[in-house]
Amino acid sequence: MTFWDQIDYAYPEIFLALAAMGLLILGVFIGDKGSREIGFGAVGILIIATFLTGFNGSADRVSIFDGAFAIDSYAVFAKCALYLGAIFAILLSDRFLVREKLQRFEYSILILLAVLGMSIMVSATDLIAMYLGIELQSLALYIMAAFNRDSRRSTEAGMKYFVLGALSSGLLLYGASLVYGFSGATNFAAIAEGAAAGGNNIGLIFGLVFMVSALAFKVSAAPFHMWTPDVYEGAPTPVTTFFASVPKVAGMVLFARFLVEAFPSILDQWQGVIALMAAASMAVGAYSAMQQTNIKRLMAYSSIGHMGFVLMAVAAGNNEGVSAMLIYMTIYLVMTLGTFALILSMRRPEGMSEKIEDLSGLSKSDPARAFMFTVLFFSLAGIPPLAGFFAKFFVFLAAVNAGLLWLAIFGVLMSAVSAYYYLRVIYFIWFKEPVASFEKQTGAAISVTAWSSTLFMVLGLITLIGPLRLLAEKAASVLF
Amino acid sequence: MTETFAQQPWLSTIMFLPLIGALLIIINRLLARGDEEEIVAWRARWIAMFTTLVTFAVSFGVYYLFYDPVAEGYQLVETIPWLGKGIAYKVGVDGISILFVLLTTFFLPICILASWKSVNKRVADFMIAFLVLESFMIGTFTALDLLLFYVFFEAGLIPMFILIGVWGSEGSRQFLGREIPARVYAAFKFFLFTLVGSVLLLVALMWIYGKAGTTDIVVLQNYEFSATAQKWLWLAFFASFAVKIPMWPVHTWLPDAHVQAPTGASVVLAAIMLKMGGYGFIRFSLPMFPLASADFQIFIFSLSVIAIIYTSLVAFAQEDMKKLIAYSSVAHMGFVTMGLFSGTEQGMEGALFQMLSHGFISGALFLCVGVLYDRMHTREIAFYGGLVTRMKLFAFVFMVFTMANIGLPGLSGFVGEILPLIGTYEINSWTAIFATSGVIFSAAYGLRLYREVMMGTITNEKLATINDLDRRETFILGLLVLIIIFFGVNPTPTLMVFSPAVDSVLEIYNTALAAASR
Repeated sequence: MTFWDQIDYAYPEIFLALAAMGLLILGVFIGDKGSREIGFGAVGILIIATFLTGFNGSADRVSIFDGAFAIDSYAVFAKCALYLGAIFAILLSDRFLVREKLQRFEYSILILLAVLGMSIMVSATDLIAMYLGIELQSLALYIMAAFNRDSRRSTEAGMKYFVLGALSSGLLLYGASLVYGFSGATNFAAIAEGAAAGGNNIGLIFGLVFMVSALAFKVSAAPFHMWTPDVYEGAPTPVTTFFASVPKVAGMVLFARFLVEAFPSILDQWQGVIALMAAASMAVGAYSAMQQTNIKRLMAYSSIGHMGFVLMAVAAGNNEGVSAMLIYMTIYLVMTLGTFALILSMRRPEGMSEKIEDLSGLSKSDPARAFMFTVLFFSLAGIPPLAGFFAKFFVFLAAVNAGLLWLAIFGVLMSAVSAYYYLRVIYFIWFKEPVASFEKQTGAAISVTAWSSTLFMVLGLITLIGPLRLLAEKAASVLF
Repeated sequence: MTETFAQQPWLSTIMFLPLIGALLIIINRLLARGDEEEIVAWRARWIAMFTTLVTFAVSFGVYYLFYDPVAEGYQLVETIPWLGKGIAYKVGVDGISILFVLLTTFFLPICILASWKSVNKRVADFMIAFLVLESFMIGTFTALDLLLFYVFFEAGLIPMFILIGVWGSEGSRQFLGREIPARVYAAFKFFLFTLVGSVLLLVALMWIYGKAGTTDIVVLQNYEFSATAQKWLWLAFFASFAVKIPMWPVHTWLPDAHVQAPTGASVVLAAIMLKMGGYGFIRFSLPMFPLASADFQIFIFSLSVIAIIYTSLVAFAQEDMKKLIAYSSVAHMGFVTMGLFSGTEQGMEGALFQMLSHGFISGALFLCVGVLYDRMHTREIAFYGGLVTRMKLFAFVFMVFTMANIGLPGLSGFVGEILPLIGTYEINSWTAIFATSGVIFSAAYGLRLYREVMMGTITNEKLATINDLDRRETFILGLLVLIIIFFGVNPTPTLMVFSPAVDSVLEIYNTALAAASR
């Protein structure tokens, strides 16, 4: 393949990069007053990028740039989810930024750059490409966390995220160098060969564990979750919305590809590590969330718990596990965007509310929003017949079939424990007497996102879960 | 179209009719302006009433016209591909389930009628929750796919949680040093107890799916699991159903939930939701894990006898009428579990009959308590006394229900107790002997309740102006009296409906035992 033939396959990324830079130049000329228009421009760019992925993603892999970058149905599945998620994240932020006087044109451009990084992450089949993707994503995210630069909490969040993120990048690099040193390759397929060669692979495993730790940091899995609650709470809510949804998908997709493609032969060695991390995340998520009073912190612990469930599927390390991971992440993405849309709508004339108590009596003061909250929280808790249950179902199924019965039993018990704090939110909404009600006008983006997410949860079981399962299985099959 | 009228998706129709009603109320509510609360409530009541009546009519019509009570196997089966790879939307009924579907559709209009006046805040929400709950309950009884069953089984928790927590009674209690509303405590306890029980069922379900490659109940009933696997699976299923039915010692959520729930929800809980546990035992545990069921027989017998004796004694000591009836429910469910696992035809048919009859009786008793609660807003036994002088009709119907609860011959409770006892006596006479003492205890607490509430003269002056049943209440309770007497004097037709399905379960059970040469 000539260079120009290879370029053909990287259109979405190249387009995103060029368009982001173009918007940046445009932004410099128009200034902050045009930030809304630039946001819409970014949405348009993402829509075009979604089409550029071609949707279908042939089951055969196309490897370009000397095997550093792969275009396959797995990557395409993830990219579509990322781009669509980012579109909603940009749309949701619009009204908030105006109201909080945070309108800066860089916002959507940073999202574009982060998405570009993630896009590289999900396609990366080489340690260097992987690192490039992660760093591009992370740098954009650090800035976003501190986006409200006049707020002490927001800058603290950005700082914390940056320092810990830099540490994790260091771990990643250190691990990568060990892996390279002991396998003699940076390409996933070549590493796999090196790992399969047998012999003393202790150095390789050291490297692997370092890299797993760094990746766990990126997806906020315990015991590398410490930054999550503070960053979620401190960052402006639209940024939290983005953090909780899109980068998680990219991180998990990369995580699974890295483990499954680079180290298939030593599955039994990393399976235990991942399984323990899964168990720890589920427990941390379930127990720490109980006492939270801030809904953003609650969602932070909730997302840690969710990552635990997903890691359970990754620990299965087979086709079924990876497809369960894709199903889970898709449903999680929709669920999280919907929930945060509702959190963004918790606004009183005096400002945003973030306390769970502020939801008291919502079922009386605003039945429609209460209904959506109820559906989404029951779905997050994984109660059937909502889509969140099916996400958990496939994950547990993968774990059981992979022989991780103890993990599945632990997982279902933790999901029962975590049901408590989701129920606590429902308790405020339904059982308490109303307090001052929220503003009725929420803006089209928020209500459309919240409603479509709710409907997805309710009607998902009838129409969507079956096709989603087929798609995810097709996507996952390229890794094996 | 070659399909005949009988082959239309009737069960799905029955299942989704209530949802249509719920949707109508939602639309109605969303379209209403803020000041139209009265009209919305009024419409919600009528829509709910109408929907549940139509559902009952359709289900009864389907039973009468299309259901063949002598045929073996599942009828009115519908299969639609769902999640692929052996998981399908499959519903159907047999002798075990059809009557529970009818019980559900019969009780829902009654509950709505009973809540007509007593629920007066957020009526539309109440009715929506009720209708959604009805759908899920019908789904539970008709599902022929294990995953589908689980979905409905679990989904029922959501509306029930909200029903208990929002419309539950007043009052508070201490919990972890804090004062919290008792209904909130009850709602959480109900939800979390049931959830913890059923997640183990979920793991078992997934293991089965991985092993057998399908969740089709008909296939699984004939799938032979190894003896060790059966034990673990049986225990996982047991964890779920024992909490639901409930058995001692995991029954403690029931008194709380019953006491705090509004009358309508109490009736649904007692009459229908408890039966899901027993239904699960006979639908899954016995035919799918026959060897384990036989192995754990003594275990079940012990727990059942403890439930019958212990909870009867606990019931005797209660100060609260609803709590007394709740504990009596646990005792009566002891007969059900005992009968089901006796593995004899009388025992199993008797247990199913007991489930049905207990549905009517405990439902009726909760409605009676509801009648008093609506008037006096207390359920304390000591508050009442001498009601017979002012409430003659009520005294009569309450007498019938108390007697039926005790198991007086001629009323349905008797059949439901004697048959499991006969069945168990053949297998294990000691169990039957101990269990029989439960009948005496039930007479003790039943008569005590009746004496203290009804007999004597009115000493509490607040009761001096209490009114007898109005027409609405007379109609509901009178209907239940007739049903209980009918089932009591003529149980055979009902038992005939159970018979083919029970026979096929027994056949699987006995074949498996014979094959394992036990």
